[in-house]
Amino acid sequence: MSDWINLTAIWKIIVFGLIAGAGLPTLFAIGMLALSRGPKARAADADSEVLVGGSPAGIAVASLCFLIVVAAIVWGIYKIYELGHPH
Amino acid sequence: MLLVLVVGIALCFDFTNGFHDTGNAMATSIATKALGPRTAVALASVLNVVGAFLSLAVAATIASGLVDTDLVTLTVVLAGLAGGILWNLLTWYFGIPSSSSHALIGGVIGATIAAAGGHAIEWQGLVSKVIIPAGLSPIIAAGVAATGTWLLYRISRSMRDRARSHGFRIGQIGSASMVSLAHGTNDAQKTMGVITLALIVNGTLPKDASAPFWVILTCGLAIGLGTYVGGWRIIRTLGKGLVEIESPQGMAAQSSSAAVILLSASFGYALSTTHVATGSIIGTGIGKKGSEVRWPVAGRMVSAWLLTLPCAGLIGAMAYALANTIGGTFGAGVDIILLAAVAGLIYWRSRKTKIDHTNVNQEWAGTVVPAEPEPAVAA
Repeated sequence: MSDWINLTAIWKIIVFGLIAGAGLPTLFAIGMLALSRGPKARAADADSEVLVGGSPAGIAVASLCFLIVVAAIVWGIYKIYELGHPH
Repeated sequence: MLLVLVVGIALCFDFTNGFHDTGNAMATSIATKALGPRTAVALASVLNVVGAFLSLAVAATIASGLVDTDLVTLTVVLAGLAGGILWNLLTWYFGIPSSSSHALIGGVIGATIAAAGGHAIEWQGLVSKVIIPAGLSPIIAAGVAATGTWLLYRISRSMRDRARSHGFRIGQIGSASMVSLAHGTNDAQKTMGVITLALIVNGTLPKDASAPFWVILTCGLAIGLGTYVGGWRIIRTLGKGLVEIESPQGMAAQSSSAAVILLSASFGYALSTTHVATGSIIGTGIGKKGSEVRWPVAGRMVSAWLLTLPCAGLIGAMAYALANTIGGTFGAGVDIILLAAVAGLIYWRSRKTKIDHTNVNQEWAGTVVPAEPEPAVAA
């Protein structure tokens, strides 16, 4: 049976799929939420598209989140390049 | 001579693969207006070319993992490609996002069976690297997308609606780019694999050779060009037909697709980017409270998926029988002329109910062709 189904591969695809496919957008959402905190957001009316709330702590947290997302993507692309060129 | 024809037809297939699959990456971005339709196809096109250079694992599966290269001839490869192209055009006409990969693999396998019998097929490779991943990948993608969707709405629920959509639309540009890149690493590989197979069969390359540089380059360009032309019918079905999509759902769907495709490709699974993208979109419908999945549309798609391997296989087998009966390069030529004629006919029919960047986002009223064609509005 294991010749036909590679359970290790499936298991890895599910776990890393969840980390990258659901985890990274979640981190992006957390960053966005942090970014939107602050005085400007409270002053804005309900129809405003303004994202940046203006709180320094919020901006710092957001930057960290976005940085991790970008770093993870760059690392992932590098790993794929490495695995895809075995020679 | 025959080799040149086969390479040419393979690149034609790659082109249909590109426009058939533009929607996998961009349908949700176009539906939520994160990107303008034409910007979206241009971006997808460039990233497909880049993706083609990123990895070669899947090309190896196609070139040497599915059929016995000793028993395959150039005519077989040509007939297989004809099967793949025809099935792609037919499903495109009906706006069904079926798998280009299965069309290609089905066509090649059908033609191989017609030529050499079932023992020329590496059945274990076929089941373990194509059929099982085809069944599992949409389910895994749907699960990841549903989880992501739920988390995104949960985290961002205190934000103002407009600000939230604005933010996730920006995120969608990134996630859509990743899917396009993933598509290039996965689907451009399949044609590379077939051209490599043809070169091995012809004796130009040794067995177990990997794709030469010119093959990577031309395949990347062909799929990029196809992507740029855009399969608007399929974009419409995916973006509007399955689920009404908001930008957080779009981002969750694309992230899930990109992750699942890239991970599977690095294991050498020739899975269908289309199945994954569709699974993800359905997943976002499941993951958001109050969102509705149009199951009849999904059901029609799944039946088309099940038909893809056998139908493309049948067309491939018939194309082989025809070329083999007539014989030689002339027989292959007859195949190509027939293929061009049918392709022209389908294209001509599609012009009557044209779908392009102007009407791709019209309200879904049960069919891929919008109820009333609106006058063209500059995008």
